[in-house]
Amino acid sequence: MPDTQPTRNAIEVRKLDFFYGKFKALKDVNLDIAEHRVTAFIGPSGCGKSTLLRTLNRMYSLYPGQRAEGQINLYGQNVLDKGQDLNLLRAQIGMVFQKPTPFPMSIYENIAFGVRLYEKLSRSEMDDRVEWALTKAAIWGEVKDKLGQSGLSLSGGQQQRLCIARTVAVKPKVILLDEPTSALDPISTAKVEELVSELKKDYTVAIVTHNMQQAARVSNFTAYMYLGELIEFGQTEQIFMKPARQETEDYITGRFG
Amino acid sequence: MASNMNPDLYRRRRLANAWGMATSMAAMALGLAVLLWILVVLFSNGFAALDWNILTRDTPAPGTEGGGLRNAIVGSAMMVGLAVLVATPVGIFAGIYLTEFGDQSKTAEATRFVTDIMLSAPSIVIGLFVYAIAVATVGGFSGFAGSLALTLIAVPVVMRTTENMLRLVPGSLREAAFALGAPRWKVSLSVTLRAARSGVITGLLLAVARISGETAPLLFTALNNQFFNADMSEPMANLPVVIFQFAMSPYDNWIRLAWGGALLITMAVLLLNIIARVFFRDRQSG
Repeated sequence: MPDTQPTRNAIEVRKLDFFYGKFKALKDVNLDIAEHRVTAFIGPSGCGKSTLLRTLNRMYSLYPGQRAEGQINLYGQNVLDKGQDLNLLRAQIGMVFQKPTPFPMSIYENIAFGVRLYEKLSRSEMDDRVEWALTKAAIWGEVKDKLGQSGLSLSGGQQQRLCIARTVAVKPKVILLDEPTSALDPISTAKVEELVSELKKDYTVAIVTHNMQQAARVSNFTAYMYLGELIEFGQTEQIFMKPARQETEDYITGRFG
Repeated sequence: MASNMNPDLYRRRRLANAWGMATSMAAMALGLAVLLWILVVLFSNGFAALDWNILTRDTPAPGTEGGGLRNAIVGSAMMVGLAVLVATPVGIFAGIYLTEFGDQSKTAEATRFVTDIMLSAPSIVIGLFVYAIAVATVGGFSGFAGSLALTLIAVPVVMRTTENMLRLVPGSLREAAFALGAPRWKVSLSVTLRAARSGVITGLLLAVARISGETAPLLFTALNNQFFNADMSEPMANLPVVIFQFAMSPYDNWIRLAWGGALLITMAVLLLNIIARVFFRDRQSG
């Protein structure tokens, strides 16, 4: 993948430790997420890659007993600060989950829901925004004639693109994708992957994936994690072609994991 | 067939299976038979009393012919209606608190414990309680007092079903709404409650079914009224108490009406249960 010229960092993670109660799930993680690039987190199950993603938008704060220590700077502002407004933070850092999660409302309302939280738009402006977001997520053509139908009536792949559209619609700075294709068939997966490459033009993307080919296909930078530690981080090409660490090579060549 | 299979073991297991099947079928048949028996007795005794008069005439004086149950039906409907009107928001919001806000907190645990006690409290105790606070102090039986007693029975039912239904909503749906920057109250009302709405409505219908047959809490609160009355600050006629009184009386006409009223209530409750089931089944898929 090209696009590896240095850009400024959207997110800088510094000395991040994470705890589920007493269990330490992340150990001294340091990494930069470059603006308008795709950064992939790979590693075996339980390595902490999803945990890392969930610290970036403070999703873990919903659950008592989970806590993070260190710094996560989003354009210079530490999101782990006690005073951080979580709703405002999450409006800037969108997230798409493993399983599609359409809300129990119409396709149109699924998109408008997030937009209405922070913007006051007229009916026609909202119509435009919904069309724009659905177009961005490459699903407009499939749903434009049934915007009033329930989001649950769509297929799994369509639901996932609807969720991406919903995230895009609020115009966040960063989009987090937590194994977004693991519940999808190959064709839907290809569509979502295409979309990811498209999204990085306007957004900074961080993606967790179990699928190494996917990481190689869509990302500019890759982080390999194991047992809560960041083992190796660098340009995707370098990680996959000539990794510096033996553990990384073992994992990506399938000798382990 | 596997060569190492023990035929004795297999035969024994088949016997145990047949035995288990037979006993559970018998238990089911017994339950069904009792229900059917109740319905047959109700129909054979009550069907004769079902005519237009039962809906258009009021309860007759003792020893007279004719009459109907209009005042009791209207009284029951008004008291149950008001109780549901009050219990619905209280129960639903309390249920939301338990799942979405309090969850593991001490307050929520205490609320759950009290709710469980309320759910199993004998309804006559609730009737006596309302008598003490809203009848004895005010100096008279009233429809409002009856409605209050029914509300106290309905709230925990609505609360518990709402809580259970909200718990069935996957956590990922909540997270997805939080991920857009939605505040907690918005997530609860627009996403979680909406996802659980068919179950919550089912709970409401079941609460209506539950309180429309309650007799004990109305005995000490709404009492009864021989005449038509839509003023809830006065004693009010209601089906369960009228059935109780008429069925115990020596007058054939009253006994006939009691059977008719019993049949009416049973049909209404049966209908509500069926509606609740159909509603839940149709909407659950989405």
